[in-house]
Amino acid sequence: MAENQEEVKMKRTVFLGALTVAGVAAGAAAAATLDDVKARGKLNCGVTTGLVGFAAPDANGEWTGFDVSVCRAVAAAVLGDPAAVEFVPTTGKTRFTALASGEVDMLARNTTWTFSRDVDLKFDFVGVNYYDGQGFLVPKALGVSSAKDLDGAAVCIQTGTTTELNLADYFRKNNISYEPVPIETNAEGQQQYLAGACDAYTTDASGLAATRATFEAPGDHILLPEIISKEPLGPLVRHGDNEWGDVVRWTLNALIAAEELGVSSANVAEMSGNTNNPEVARLLGTEGELGAMLGLSADWAKNAIMAGGNYGEIFAKNIGEETPIGLARGLNAQWTDGGLLYTPPFR
Amino acid sequence: MSDTHAQSVAFVRETALPPAEPPVAERGVYKWGRENLFATWPNALLTVAAIYVIYLVLAAVLPWLLNGIWNAPSLTACREILDGQTGGCFAVLVDRWNQLLFGFKYPSELYWRPTLAFVLLFVAVAPVLFFDLPRKLLILTLLYPFVAYWLIWGGTIWIPVMALVGFGVGYYVYTLLVQRSFAAGFFGGIAAAVAVFYAAGFIVPMLAPANPLLPAVPSRDLGGFMLNMMLGVTCVSLSLPIGIALALGRQSSMPLIKIVCVVFIEFIRGVPLITLLFVASVMLAYFFPPESQVDLFLRVVIMITMFSSAYIAEVIRGGLAALPKGQYEAGDSLGLDYAQAMRLIILPQALKISIPGIVNIAVGLFKDTTLVSVISMFDLVGMIRGPILASTDWNGVYWELLGFAALLFFVVCYGISQYSQWLERRLATDHR
Amino acid sequence: MTTLTDPPRESFRLSMLLYDTRYRSLTFQAIALLLLIVAIAFLANNLVSNLAAQDLNISFSFLSSPAGYDINQTLIDYNSQSSNLRAAWVGILNTLLVAVLACLTATVFGVLAGVLRLSKNWLVRKLMAFYVEIFRNIPVLIWIIIIFTIMTAVMPAPTAFRGDDPASSMVLDSIAFTNRGVYIPGPHFSRGFGADGNGALNWLIVIAVLVGSFFATRMVTARANAAQEATGVRPNTLWLNLAIWFVPIIGVLAIMGLYWDMPTLSGFNFSGGIKIGGPLIALWFALSIYTGAFIAENVRAGIQAVSRGQTEAASALGLRPKRVMSLVVLPQALRVIIPPLISQYLNITKNSSLAIAVGYADITATLGGITLNQTGRAIECVLLLMLFYLIISLLISAVMNVYNSSMKLKER
Repeated sequence: MAENQEEVKMKRTVFLGALTVAGVAAGAAAAATLDDVKARGKLNCGVTTGLVGFAAPDANGEWTGFDVSVCRAVAAAVLGDPAAVEFVPTTGKTRFTALASGEVDMLARNTTWTFSRDVDLKFDFVGVNYYDGQGFLVPKALGVSSAKDLDGAAVCIQTGTTTELNLADYFRKNNISYEPVPIETNAEGQQQYLAGACDAYTTDASGLAATRATFEAPGDHILLPEIISKEPLGPLVRHGDNEWGDVVRWTLNALIAAEELGVSSANVAEMSGNTNNPEVARLLGTEGELGAMLGLSADWAKNAIMAGGNYGEIFAKNIGEETPIGLARGLNAQWTDGGLLYTPPFR
Repeated sequence: MSDTHAQSVAFVRETALPPAEPPVAERGVYKWGRENLFATWPNALLTVAAIYVIYLVLAAVLPWLLNGIWNAPSLTACREILDGQTGGCFAVLVDRWNQLLFGFKYPSELYWRPTLAFVLLFVAVAPVLFFDLPRKLLILTLLYPFVAYWLIWGGTIWIPVMALVGFGVGYYVYTLLVQRSFAAGFFGGIAAAVAVFYAAGFIVPMLAPANPLLPAVPSRDLGGFMLNMMLGVTCVSLSLPIGIALALGRQSSMPLIKIVCVVFIEFIRGVPLITLLFVASVMLAYFFPPESQVDLFLRVVIMITMFSSAYIAEVIRGGLAALPKGQYEAGDSLGLDYAQAMRLIILPQALKISIPGIVNIAVGLFKDTTLVSVISMFDLVGMIRGPILASTDWNGVYWELLGFAALLFFVVCYGISQYSQWLERRLATDHR
Repeated sequence: MTTLTDPPRESFRLSMLLYDTRYRSLTFQAIALLLLIVAIAFLANNLVSNLAAQDLNISFSFLSSPAGYDINQTLIDYNSQSSNLRAAWVGILNTLLVAVLACLTATVFGVLAGVLRLSKNWLVRKLMAFYVEIFRNIPVLIWIIIIFTIMTAVMPAPTAFRGDDPASSMVLDSIAFTNRGVYIPGPHFSRGFGADGNGALNWLIVIAVLVGSFFATRMVTARANAAQEATGVRPNTLWLNLAIWFVPIIGVLAIMGLYWDMPTLSGFNFSGGIKIGGPLIALWFALSIYTGAFIAENVRAGIQAVSRGQTEAASALGLRPKRVMSLVVLPQALRVIIPPLISQYLNITKNSSLAIAVGYADITATLGGITLNQTGRAIECVLLLMLFYLIISLLISAVMNVYNSSMKLKER
């Protein structure tokens, strides 16, 4: 019922706006994002227009992927329903405006955490869900084994991303030349690269692996060993709405902590019943009031974990070594396994 | 006549000889060919060159078209079936037919709704396009926007109903007040309609059932060719009245109004549509009240409507300028006021002259709706360039998809321009 | 006895504001002004409060900071350390480049198709009608994508030129058609001015010589005309004109040591020569063939607008068909053709903004695309972008107005 009311309310604004009555937004109450999401009954989540493994609609229009799972976890934590997400596809160009203008509540779209985006563009990165770096994909037939051999090559690059700047820096630093072939979406990049319009395709190494997985003959293409940048990818929200930022941040942390604590989608129900580990109890809401502090229900983290599993499960299901994309955990292992994933304690 | 000679001349033929057949070279296909294809040497060369060009095109296209595969799950499968032969892989059209027409997010069980709206569109525009139909059918045209809105977006029926009530009340107030003066009627009507809309904003949520008859579909789920059609139809029909107002404003003797209209028209005509779409996608949201939710579709409709109304205003201005001064003076001498003169004398004639121009603008605008793919809306071109070509199955099927898109646009645009030519002939009341 | 009385002076009543035509327009304008101010204030207020809510500001200082990205086709020196403003200039020049090129070729296509549509040859007439209808009724964006796809998917990659038995080879050993663009030989000077003999000064000299030749031939023609009027015999100026055109330029080029820099396959790409990038070609060709269809219709309408009587009268005066065309039909047709032609040029310039669909670095792609993305200064970038197009179209309109007033029928 509440969902419907809100839908109608939105409709009303839209419809009256259409009739040029500009001042009618009167009914829409100014509220924090968390309240908005709860009232709307749906989370608007910005994702890419399509990158297999991270966020892509399948043949039925159902979104799946690594980034998508983060959206679903947040929806589950806030609304108790992992399906209550409206996915808004964004390009490198439109993503920040979509977030800034309130069209989406959060952006989970392999976006690199940089100083200027955090400070100048007024966004808050709530954490890192994938530690990435920029790499190069080249056809084996090219006979190139290092990025330094790419002098004079044509390189396909998605415009409006940090990779574009890294590329310029890298080639400048190594004093070699290249010819940028700017493209808008990953799909276009794939076409151009396969048609030979560029010698190499560069973007985040994870994205390259995902793209290569969709090729007819993935074995004919190799990733060069150089990783030329640090690309911590993470979800982000608007600056200034700290309550909402906390919700997204701690949902992500809950997923990571769950893996560390051995809580998975399979055993979460059982663990929440009887556990000796007080941190697990706090996480799952059987002890303490962490949920209430966030303005959520006590079982928020449990819902989030049940949505798609803990971090490790999400990774393995969408982009892990068993999938066509076949990414190793690498830097994205838990700190206990020599990786960088390290959540602050749930206390 | 022949009687006079009957006695004096031995033989007079009384009937005409049947005309002899013209020589072979002067008749039938020979004559036609000689005059139209091989009249002179250069002409003959041109013909040969043209035949060669046609041959080249057909040789490339026909095998591809005739040998096409219509049933395959993916490009790889398609190529296996073709086995090295030339042939199109039209299976992509079959496989992604619904996505091409409706986008990838419109709920598939609801496809009948936009389809019905599309069919009704013909019913609604028929009375506008063909004058011979009874005028009463125009009621259908007036009802259509509300029905179409309800069909496509779904949700509670009270939104379109209240909108309709608003317009009805506005019209009623207008007829009451127009006796006193046109301005009073016009502005009174608008005020009444706005009042109803405002009230509707509070009434509708109360009336809205929990489970509306037609489930609501958010506008970001619209896509495919449907999106092009909707943008085209909505923006052209919205921009007509605005365009007329702008054209009249530009002709106005009041300097302030004239300046505002000129600045608006010249500004819009001076920038490409794509920059206006950028405005819609990255800037316009800043100009709405904080916390109001105006979705991208509506923002794009606003910008495209502004765009086309400026162009339509210029066409209508041409029509106004083409009228002889005598028409204006005649209106004045009859003692008609401005509104009456415009409504009864000037506009009917000026609009008639402008129709071909307006249709040209409409066709151009419809073609320009493909630009929304640049701001990540999934119209027909956006669907092709985005989800379909990016999918693992159909990565690399360019010609079939682009050809299909081109064909759809060609059919619609060519149809409209043929109608416009027919209309021009119909309306040609001057005697040449 | 008649007395002239003034009509009773009405005292001003409030209702006169609405019913008296003297005041009514003032009333309306006042209301309009009020509404305008309210609307602007409303929008401005929203803008300010939205920006304040997100803690953003409007500032153009990003223009002077380094752009950080590279551009593949530049007419002026540019690298990733150049400023955003410089990148915008690169974009502006690229926009103008493709617009000018497309205007030229579109005119050629349009005039050819327009004239051929009136040809006596049935087949050619139909073929041209087909061309016009096909191109006018399909969106230019689809044409740009189709032609760009031909460029990238059908043309061979540079690797196809490699090896002992390459799949593709260069045309005449000097032009290479690849899916990255067309490489043609580039002129260079071995003894020119400027840095390693290839400064812009060289080209200025070449242009100056050509302009000089042009005026010299004009003088020769004027002299020939004078001679013809005085004596009735026109001196033969052909050889003199040819000499004036060719001797100086060949001399200058020889002195500066012109040679052709051939494109050669080295590394991943062709190097040397001049590269005309694939996106540029796709955009250029698509815009010219699309707009050519519209121009063809203008040309046809213009020629048909000249009444038959004019042609017949000219023939009756004994003019030859060529002269009928050049002295009677064309001057009159041009009066009809040129105004819509100029607005087609305007359309080409505006449509060149679709460069963004194929990755050509025009102003929309640099300032409105990459710079906007990298700096996030959406409002500033879009405003500057609109300002640029506005200036261009106002300039073109100004040209059109000058032309229209100069071509106005001098009615007596």
